[in-house]
Amino acid sequence: MFRALLDKLKIGLTKTRNLFAGVAGLFRLKGKVDHDFLKELEKKLYLADVGSAATAGLVDRMKQAFLDKEIDKETELFVRDYLAGLLQIEGGREIKINPDGPTVIMIAGVNGSGKTTSIAKLAGFLSRDGKKVLVAACDTFRAAAIDQLVIWCERLGVEIVKGLPGSDPASIAHDACDKARAKSFDFVIVDTAGRLHTQTHLMRELEKIHRVTSKVIPGSPHEVLLVLDATTGQNAVLQAENFQKVVHCTGIILTKLDGTAKGGSIFSIKQRLNIPVKFIGVGEKIEDLEPFDPASFVEALFS
Amino acid sequence: MFDGLRKGLAAALKTLRGKGRLSEANIREAMEAIRVVLLDADVNFTAAENFIKRITEKSIGQEVLRSLDPSEQIVKFVYDELVLLMGPVDTAIPFAKDRPTVIMLCGLQGQGKTTTAGKLALTLKSKGRKPLLVAADLQRPAAIEQLRILGEQIQVPVYLEVAESGKPVPTPVEVCANAIAYAKRTLVDTVILDTAGRLHIAEMPMDELKQIDKQAKPDQVYLVCDAMTGQDAVNSAAAFNEALELNGVILTKLDGDARGGAALSIKEVTKVPIKFIGVGEKLDKLEEFRPEGMAQRILGQGDIMSLVEKVSKVQSDISKEELEAQQKKLREGDFNLNDFRKQFEQIAKMGSMKDLIGSMPGMSDMVPAGEDPEAAFRRIKGMLDSMTREERANPDILDQNRRRRVAAGSGTQPHDVKQFLNQFEQVRNLMRAMSKMSVWERIKMVSGMGKMGAFQPGAKLKTKGDTGHRKTPKERAKERKNNKKR
Repeated sequence: MFRALLDKLKIGLTKTRNLFAGVAGLFRLKGKVDHDFLKELEKKLYLADVGSAATAGLVDRMKQAFLDKEIDKETELFVRDYLAGLLQIEGGREIKINPDGPTVIMIAGVNGSGKTTSIAKLAGFLSRDGKKVLVAACDTFRAAAIDQLVIWCERLGVEIVKGLPGSDPASIAHDACDKARAKSFDFVIVDTAGRLHTQTHLMRELEKIHRVTSKVIPGSPHEVLLVLDATTGQNAVLQAENFQKVVHCTGIILTKLDGTAKGGSIFSIKQRLNIPVKFIGVGEKIEDLEPFDPASFVEALFS
Repeated sequence: MFDGLRKGLAAALKTLRGKGRLSEANIREAMEAIRVVLLDADVNFTAAENFIKRITEKSIGQEVLRSLDPSEQIVKFVYDELVLLMGPVDTAIPFAKDRPTVIMLCGLQGQGKTTTAGKLALTLKSKGRKPLLVAADLQRPAAIEQLRILGEQIQVPVYLEVAESGKPVPTPVEVCANAIAYAKRTLVDTVILDTAGRLHIAEMPMDELKQIDKQAKPDQVYLVCDAMTGQDAVNSAAAFNEALELNGVILTKLDGDARGGAALSIKEVTKVPIKFIGVGEKLDKLEEFRPEGMAQRILGQGDIMSLVEKVSKVQSDISKEELEAQQKKLREGDFNLNDFRKQFEQIAKMGSMKDLIGSMPGMSDMVPAGEDPEAAFRRIKGMLDSMTREERANPDILDQNRRRRVAAGSGTQPHDVKQFLNQFEQVRNLMRAMSKMSVWERIKMVSGMGKMGAFQPGAKLKTKGDTGHRKTPKERAKERKNNKKR
């Protein structure tokens, strides 16, 4: 599975080599940490959207590791392992399952990050696994958002609960949870309208959806997945911070990794907010959703 | 954020206050602080490096103004440079007169193309145009439906094709071509093509876009780009520009708190101007792009405008002071080459050579007829720079030896230097004469004699204008004879 991802990323990269991002191989200088190496590392990290604070921290860390003679293998390997280590989490990245009934997964994110497509992929992923999935179409704001989800659910053969455009999203979430419990569904995936994290009234609406599901199914939502676009720059950290405050995200779906963007902001997000990436989106097709793996992510970062 | 930058800069520049000039060494730390601010605002790494290099070169040698904190001066400088880089903006859409104007929107997935298409249609409609929206996104489920609903909301017709059973599914290329043919038959005057989002590295979808471009021949192609985009903005913008030759960029989602460094990166890399910005989900939330607002945003929220105003005021006060001092010197007739050089530099900073000629006394006469003014001014500047301070203060000491040295230093001939000094002497004499004249006499002199080329050595005053009478060969011969006598 990771091989497939890597191949995809590599194809993407060869195509853009002549464009802007192409940087001379960082790891040609083996086993040595000097000024040029650090400069090159800094550039790589910045170009991958890792951000100034995290980049400065990493560069300093490498300098220190060299001075302390900590680097017991090739520098290349050391940097990679270190970066992958930063993304490690306790326990697994599997979806937390509710043992006493339907597992509720809430999806949130800013406009255009790929929520609806991710939901379709996730629903496909779960139903291929033989699970009974119900989708709640709570994006009642954007024109035709409901239709978009309906089309996906028809293609997947997955059931959907929807309301009229402009209706209260929390009540749709409520109905969906009710139905899931009554008809013993395994999963409820709650779609929400895209919203910028700076729109306080919409953030309150999100909080309300969260509250309503927990009333119908205690302990839910069991997962709140934030959908982040890998092409987003430093704003991703602010997005995570604000969504975290309101709905307590349990994980991230990092989308659009099939392009040339690297999604390096997840280092800061992990460090500051401890939200792990659970899935990555690597294409337009329904099966293009994969579990996140730090090692291959880091490899793609430097390939 | 902005306050953070100010504090960082203030610390980096604290030894500089009120003295000396900016040098590479004493502004290095400040430039690093600015670099981090740009990178935090998602300006592309390479673009930020280039920007810093340029601004360092430009700041070196600048005088630290007495009444200002050097950090204020630098921020103003950076701000000006950002505005300059992201401008100038022409938000006008050129319309065809004899047929519907075609505007194509393209971009990656999730940038806000469909919403922007609706916003653009509403803007055009409010300006009295008759737009038609075309649903050319056949990829994303319900994208057609989304556009149809948007069209309904703003009362703008939407062209869409639905696959009929038994017939082949229409391609986006066909839909666009049919839509334009339809527009020509109706009263529509602007066609907006909403294409599907696509990855810039995906060959087939990019080929499809090129096909649409070839068939529909849009008058304007706009890239729709999310303002939150990070380092990757340059990759996609460059690829779309290469495939389609973009006419403009529309930056969306600026109602959030993204700093929008992508604006700078895209302009820097593709040179394509940003035309509009999206500032909200409602369909009337499309605004014309303003580089000033964007520069402020990239530097961070905060009261940058008052700072910019303050620095501008101090700068204009100072130049006013200098101007007065110079005018006083002019009046007293001890205007020397040092003053001349200072004035020369000041005006050169202000802009075009045409302005320079008009705004400096005697300037127009130092450019020989038929010569490129730029070259002439470079030559003069070379001569001035090759003189010592003392020589400029007292041009009379420039003897043949010294002139020869100045000529060698400036790559000119000794007689060029001599000619320049003669011209300067004439200007100075004129100044002296003028200082003794009444205002009226001065005006008469400047407006009359200047035009007649009175300062050009050897030039003659022509007293007769054109009579409108075509001379006979006889008359012309007589005139030639007379001229020779004179």
